[in-house]
Amino acid sequence: MKNFTYSRAENAESAIILISSNADAKFLGGGTNLVDLMRENIEQPDALVDVTNLSKDIEETADGGISIGAAAKNTAVANDKKVREKFPVLAQAILFGASGQIRNMATVGGNLLQRTRCYYFYDDAARCNKREVGSGCDAIGGFNRIHAILGTSDACIATHPSDMCVALAALDAKVLVEGKHGKREIAFNDFHKLPDNTPQIETELQTGELITAVEIPKNDFAKHSIYRKVRDRASYAFALVSVAAALEVENDAIKNVRIALGGVAHKPWRAFEAENFLTGNQATGTNFRQAAEAELKAAKGYEHNSFKIELAKRTIVSVLKELAENGGIKR
Amino acid sequence: MSNEIGKPLSRLDGRPKVTGAARYTADTPIEGLTYAVFATSTIPHGRVTKLDVSKAEVAPGVLKVLTHLNTPKLKPIQHPPAGQSLMPLQDDRILYEGQPVALVVADTWERARHAADLVRVEYARAPFLMDFTEHLDKAVTVKGFFEPDSKTGDFDRAFNSAPVKLKQNYHLADRHHNAMEPHATIAAWRRGKLDMYDTVQGVFVARTVIAQALGRKPADVRVRSKYLGGGYGCKGFVWPHQILAAVAAREVRRPVKLVLTRAQDYTSHGYQAATEQTVTLAAGRDGQLVALRHESVAPGSMSDDYVEYGAIASRTMYACPALETRHRIVRVNRGPGTPMRAPQEGPSMFGLECAMDELAVVLKMDPVELRLKNYAERDPTKGKPFSSKKLRECYSEGAQRFGWERRNPKPGSMREGHDLIGWGMASALMETYRFPATARVTLERGGTVLIESGTQEIGTGVYTIMPQIAADVLGVAPERVRLVLGDTTLPGAGMTAGSSTTMGVGSAVHDAATKLKQKLTEMAGGPIAPDAYADLLKRRRLEKLSAEGLWKPDGEAGTGESKEWTMYTFGAVFVEVRVDESLRVPRLARCVGVYSAGRIINPKTARSQMTGGMIWGLGQALLEHTELELNYGRYVAKDLANYLVPVNADVPDLEAYFVDEVDEHASPIGAKGIGELGAVGVSAAIANAVYHATGVRVRDLPITVEKLL
Repeated sequence: MKNFTYSRAENAESAIILISSNADAKFLGGGTNLVDLMRENIEQPDALVDVTNLSKDIEETADGGISIGAAAKNTAVANDKKVREKFPVLAQAILFGASGQIRNMATVGGNLLQRTRCYYFYDDAARCNKREVGSGCDAIGGFNRIHAILGTSDACIATHPSDMCVALAALDAKVLVEGKHGKREIAFNDFHKLPDNTPQIETELQTGELITAVEIPKNDFAKHSIYRKVRDRASYAFALVSVAAALEVENDAIKNVRIALGGVAHKPWRAFEAENFLTGNQATGTNFRQAAEAELKAAKGYEHNSFKIELAKRTIVSVLKELAENGGIKR
Repeated sequence: MSNEIGKPLSRLDGRPKVTGAARYTADTPIEGLTYAVFATSTIPHGRVTKLDVSKAEVAPGVLKVLTHLNTPKLKPIQHPPAGQSLMPLQDDRILYEGQPVALVVADTWERARHAADLVRVEYARAPFLMDFTEHLDKAVTVKGFFEPDSKTGDFDRAFNSAPVKLKQNYHLADRHHNAMEPHATIAAWRRGKLDMYDTVQGVFVARTVIAQALGRKPADVRVRSKYLGGGYGCKGFVWPHQILAAVAAREVRRPVKLVLTRAQDYTSHGYQAATEQTVTLAAGRDGQLVALRHESVAPGSMSDDYVEYGAIASRTMYACPALETRHRIVRVNRGPGTPMRAPQEGPSMFGLECAMDELAVVLKMDPVELRLKNYAERDPTKGKPFSSKKLRECYSEGAQRFGWERRNPKPGSMREGHDLIGWGMASALMETYRFPATARVTLERGGTVLIESGTQEIGTGVYTIMPQIAADVLGVAPERVRLVLGDTTLPGAGMTAGSSTTMGVGSAVHDAATKLKQKLTEMAGGPIAPDAYADLLKRRRLEKLSAEGLWKPDGEAGTGESKEWTMYTFGAVFVEVRVDESLRVPRLARCVGVYSAGRIINPKTARSQMTGGMIWGLGQALLEHTELELNYGRYVAKDLANYLVPVNADVPDLEAYFVDEVDEHASPIGAKGIGELGAVGVSAAIANAVYHATGVRVRDLPITVEKLL
């Protein structure tokens, strides 16, 4: 592990100033991923700027949505009454992630920025385009059971590991960021990037920009939402496939539907194809299956992960059926 | 006798363990301690062509960097009892990934680890062999612990004339022990003698091998192991890091602590080798087996001949007139395998018990009935009677407790909501390995009792069971008895392995306590009440009174065989699995095991052993798999996030029962071994239940979702 300096920022402004003085500095949230990566010499920052003293407030916004400070612990978000009532899918997704101990440490901002669990990314004796630009991707011809099936490139087939982000994608959240050039908002679906030829660039964040909050806009149907995580082990395991979905049925037709997938892509995968297919259609098993087929049409399997294509389809159908069986009203 | 044996006494070491007072090896405080960390090979085969340690040597706090260029030459060691004969840092050869190429000693662990990262190695890579299943044509016969082949009767003749035949292949995955406590060694030289605190399942075995490698007399080496945070076999044989820690301590002239990293735990002390098994069965229409052949191929190492005997259970399990088993290995560029709970019978009972389930399906016969039909009254290969066997009772009690009679045999016929329900069963079998042991029992002033024996506590309850046995003989309360163990200065005992400790050390303790009681009786001139012991010592002006006890098996040590008897433990395991009809992820829903395992000294710690074994079997069935990176010749992911062992959420209601049994042929206290038995049969029962739930027969462990989609 390389030596590094540590400082603690008391507010966003000071955090941004602290980080701008050092090109190899990183913000530190709960450290549940970054510190592991530093121990493995995968991340080698010169300096850490601790941002856990920044806002952790979970507040209702003027329009009836919710704003979550970036330093809020995952556990706090999952246990928040407003979150549980308005956006149960978010609380569920968080509780399906990691372990109690990790959720107690991990922050919302850090969760967005956690890095892939691709074995080859962690193995510095293997090739990885994220770790060493242009070196190649050993996952493509290697053991790739946990890897992506959607939006992959010849440079990278890693997945984004977060559960929480899958729910946030389904909820059309916004990421509030602040840098030396001011504040801006990034739509959640634009925040994480597909790998293309630059898998080392994982988000829209510019150098030195800090996530200050995540906002979820008001919506009347997300209280009828669920998160399903399919994994080998019943707890403390990453998703093979996960689905966050919300469904609103009116007069026998689907008025609103949101579907996002985890474990299948370099980013939380918003299933727009499936949503478009379903909107205005009847909430039937056949339609759910067709929607899933449409979404996964572009999927590409590799040697060990082709099963994820069928598994993703079935998980989408299973979740939508459950929502529909409950009248799209509650879990 | 005061009937302490058989009482469900809570662990006497429970409080120190949960409060942190129990001191594990790496926690031992030693003055002037330094820290050693390995740099390891990233290639599986080749030679080290260049080693640049210049940055490591000048890194802060570094005392020494040992490589093959400057490590003193060691004396050769043999497997067994060494885990491998190949000693790293002796030459430039690399035979497996993770083989140490340098050992850095520094004044803190962090500095040693950092410096180890600074070691730069260049290799000449050689072609390597990783996946044994792709090279079955290279299978060879070697002599490991057991005969590689067995043959009884005329297989071909019996097979050809049988009306019902079945032949299937079964594949079990490579698995690692993943003890919670990593391997740790502290080595300190004092006046030319070596003092070691070591995470070992056998202090005497460790002493023998370490002394041999260093060219010293065993008496010059002391090894201690007071508590183990699990071992499961990987701390049994002696591994190179233990010896190299002692070498490093000698080189820096200060005590050295070496704790392997979690990743190094995957490449430093063995694993349970995968097995590719073929089971061929032939039976009459009534289910009577007429021919059984079980073949197994496992990966072996380039340096040593450890064999995972993936067919051995078939030598014993069922009465069958024509019976053959065969074991081969394919040498691959990996470190050697080693015993892992439950070695040999664990893997082999998977193939056999799945095949029996398949035969039951073909015959449209109840799986329990099929097993009863082929019940072995004597060992079909050795020809001897079993010293004790109440497996019939296990089947019937297990079936009754589980509710087996309500099973609809049709696959997919039982369901609840979206869940497909599967009920499956399997038998369990484990050889009763017996090892000699000695112990000393001492009555101390004040009437307390001290037991001393150089055995180990691996988490099974030895600190409780041995006091119970001595208390039973002497008539004192077990709380008045304490055990001191895990030290080569104590009376000798064998490895904590092969489920042998309660039986072996327990019998030695029983012997010592009985002799002590005789001494007391003689001294008192007649029967003496336990509350008069202290007074007797006082009157005789004695500080203490000791007796030495010994037990050795009346057959070949390390086997379950005597002149007259063959010794095994048995069980019947019944499980329910649930599989979501659409998503197809299998989960264990309940497990009932009933066991015939001799006398149970402490039902509470014994139950804990069996349920732990069931969880071990659950991992084998549904989760555990050490994945190989075939392009690089390495393990893919060497950590507990990616190597999945069961967590609490995976573990349902587990029920374990013992039939009433005393096996006086196995040991004077009537006990046999249980630690491994609980892990046997569970994976087969689960696979059989998955078939019953889904109609899909998975013959390849672990049973993961993609195999059921």
